[in-house]
Amino acid sequence: MTTQITPGPSRVHVRTTINGQAHEFLVPPYMSLLDTLREIVGLTGTKEGCLDGNCGACTVSLDGRIVDSCLVLGAEINGKSVETVEGMATANGLHPLQQAFLEEAALQCGICTPGFLVAAKGLLDNEPAPDEHRIRHWLAGNLCRCTGYDKIVRAVQKASAEMA
Amino acid sequence: MVATFEPKSEYKVIGTRPIRHDGLDKVTGRAVYGADIKLPSMIWGAVLRSPHAHARILSIDTSAAEAMDGVHAVVTNADLPQAENEMVDLGEGATNLKWAVDNILASDKALYAGHAVAAVAAADRYTAEEAARAIKVDYEVLRAATNVDDTIADGMPAILEEFVDSPGAQESGHANHVKEFTHEFGDPDAAIAGADHVVEGEFNLQMVHQGYIEPHNATAVWDENDRLKVWTSTQGAFTVRQQIAAILKIDESRVRVTPLEIGGGFGGKIPIYLEPVAAVLSRKAGNVPVKLVMERRSVFEGTGPAAGGKIHLKLGATKDGQLVAADSTLRMEAGGYPGSLVGASGMCIYACYNIPNMRIVGYDVLVNKPKVAAYRAPGSPQVAFAIETLIDDLCEQAGFDKWQFRRDNAAKEGTRRGDGPIFPRIGMEEVLDAAKETDHFNSDLGDPAPGNVRGRGFASGYWFNVGLQSSVNLSLNNDGTVELVEGSTDIGGTRASIAMQAAETLGITAEDVNPTVVDTDTVGFTAVTGGSRVTYATGYAAYNAAIEMIDKLKVRASMLWSIDADDVQFEDGVFSSKSDPELSIAFKDLAGKLGDTGGPVTSTGSVDLEAAGGAYGTHICDVEIDPETGKTDVVRYTIVQDAGRAIHPSYVEGQMQGGVAQGIGWALNEEYYMSDDGVMSNSSYLDYRMPTSLDLPNIETVIVEVPNPVHPYGVRGVGEVPIVPPVPTVGNAIKDAIGIRLRETPMNAGRIVSALGS
Ligand code: FES
Ligand code: FES
Repeated sequence: MTTQITPGPSRVHVRTTINGQAHEFLVPPYMSLLDTLREIVGLTGTKEGCLDGNCGACTVSLDGRIVDSCLVLGAEINGKSVETVEGMATANGLHPLQQAFLEEAALQCGICTPGFLVAAKGLLDNEPAPDEHRIRHWLAGNLCRCTGYDKIVRAVQKASAEMA
Repeated sequence: MVATFEPKSEYKVIGTRPIRHDGLDKVTGRAVYGADIKLPSMIWGAVLRSPHAHARILSIDTSAAEAMDGVHAVVTNADLPQAENEMVDLGEGATNLKWAVDNILASDKALYAGHAVAAVAAADRYTAEEAARAIKVDYEVLRAATNVDDTIADGMPAILEEFVDSPGAQESGHANHVKEFTHEFGDPDAAIAGADHVVEGEFNLQMVHQGYIEPHNATAVWDENDRLKVWTSTQGAFTVRQQIAAILKIDESRVRVTPLEIGGGFGGKIPIYLEPVAAVLSRKAGNVPVKLVMERRSVFEGTGPAAGGKIHLKLGATKDGQLVAADSTLRMEAGGYPGSLVGASGMCIYACYNIPNMRIVGYDVLVNKPKVAAYRAPGSPQVAFAIETLIDDLCEQAGFDKWQFRRDNAAKEGTRRGDGPIFPRIGMEEVLDAAKETDHFNSDLGDPAPGNVRGRGFASGYWFNVGLQSSVNLSLNNDGTVELVEGSTDIGGTRASIAMQAAETLGITAEDVNPTVVDTDTVGFTAVTGGSRVTYATGYAAYNAAIEMIDKLKVRASMLWSIDADDVQFEDGVFSSKSDPELSIAFKDLAGKLGDTGGPVTSTGSVDLEAAGGAYGTHICDVEIDPETGKTDVVRYTIVQDAGRAIHPSYVEGQMQGGVAQGIGWALNEEYYMSDDGVMSNSSYLDYRMPTSLDLPNIETVIVEVPNPVHPYGVRGVGEVPIVPPVPTVGNAIKDAIGIRLRETPMNAGRIVSALGS
């Protein structure tokens, strides 16, 4: 993290929607969205792996687009809508992706799982029936060091079949 | 006397695939990992690290940092209890305490770029990092060496002065090059001289990193009773307790370590880096909690890689295909402090084969790179690269079939391992046989894209696995479910594999057992999650606890029926009288009657297992290479491995696939790429470039089950051996594709293009 604290407003006022809920808070202008979620909003499901956009553990959906939250400032979400892993399950139960990850043993340590789930949901929301190569291509921005990806890819295929 | 068990072929719970107990928390983002903890009054720490690979620290000026707003404390090595050159056991054998302390915060010298030098605690993370940068360190830069040849070159200073006079250094003639052992058996020189076919090769490997996605982290606070409380991501809470106590010179009982969820470790989260720093920062800041989270660059530069090094190997065989001699010299890079794990390399190098005449000479080589930590079967992938490559070369030279030669010389029960032990029942032959039967082994390579070439390779590997100490507590609920408390941190599904063994023994379902991983105050000593030991040893402890619970419940049933406890038997989840067939009660029903028979039933199980069950794997790989660019794609990969008994097959497959993914990265791409002045040039995920989902195919798995006779359910341990064969497997496939042998890792595009060009 090389952010320098420079003179300017000490806090930025943010009104935003996170997982469907309205939030309003003040955030330091240099604070990443990742830290904003984890430190200010208190949602620690989004993980830190590298802080330079290369692991995808911090993946969230910002107005429907998949982003690495370590590369976005908290101040940038003013007026926007953020979805994190905590927003995936509903009152009706787990999202099919979450269920498929459990059934297919698609996680070992699980640190990458929130990022994979949010990224995979971003794929299936737009392309309900991706083939294996497309899934691998889409998820190439998310690193998993434990699974070798095999079971993750199968879980996404299974969820996609279930949602069809 | 080690107890032995007869394997059963059918189980109710073992071999099934229940959903893991901690899964729901982990797919919903609720699981609390090390960096997720938040405590009242908590402040943040940051660490300043040496930019130089080898430098004397002349002075450290912390005044500017201390003067900054929001800074609560600044510490250096001087704030840690001063350590002498004394040997202490930090859970992984004897270690020099001064080196352990100096690796946490450097004292007189920085031994690698990334070596921690000072640390700050401040109101928030951003301020702490800013303040760390404000610390001024005056260095006298020394000549640095980052590989085996440079570190023993003329004029290279001793990296650790203590080594100048050590016997190992005296023998090798250089203080950075410490002879560790010679294992010799038979007459290797005569056998090589008399062999019909002799092959020889030198292999060069670069360091690689475990690459776990979760950076190291630690949070510490001194409580009202002056006990130190620590929350961290670790492979072993008790090992962390042991290391902290030794480094801070306090009693272990004054430290409570709570292991939070851990985001990968692969051996790299056995040693500690941040915990003592957090502790002294907390003390200096007025006993408030201090949290430290390492940045990714520091994870690469300052923590655990696997040893690189140079391996020289010679093999001799008779004309009818008997492997008669092997002679090797292993020079493994330890980093700035000793501990390359060359000993394990020596145990593994010949372990797949029966070789009557052999020698292994091992050196620990100091270089100005981070201190090596265990990485999944530590020391074995490197030597597998040497021997499995050279066996292919030998077969090609002599015209032997590569599978048949391996099968004819395979290690089996009674074979002597290179360092001395005689193998018990092992599964090397079964694994080779199963590999030959796979669809992959028997199918065509398929057609490459125009201009590309394809090749196939296979290779085997061994890991010994370990047993060690584990503890499990069980308590029975009135509804017949069981709480299981264990000390083994769960890095990839072991709550499930432990709970399943308890459930099998108790005759209940996996879901009826609720496993919890607890802190060091709450369960008996349990060694690290490592050595592929958890499902084996902690599973054994769970079995013992379950047996004790059954014995207690037999007494309870006998009380209900007013019969002798010896008359009660337990089978398939039902207690019954041996003499009166009318008397029987299911486990669950009896659990509801505890109040009538003396109150709660709890039990404990603990083990200290010397023996483990060694594991073997054989891998098959097809690669496709574009000769113009050197780009190599793994197009098909199959793993065959002896698991002893697969408790939860999905997680066994997952271990196999994950190990292979790391091994493919090691083979093709990953390395510590060092600049001339000894700084790692690729210390980000972007540049280090671990395999992504797009770089790998689906990975086929074949689980062989040759039950381990010394485990109640035959478990061998599965986590580590899958990373052993991939480097030579991929290398043999590359050779098959391009006709040129590469003896250096990584076998990346550049190396392939230059090999083809020359
Ligand atoms: S933490 Fe954001 S991509 Fe790694
Ligand atoms: S499950 Fe551990 S990094 Fe993916």
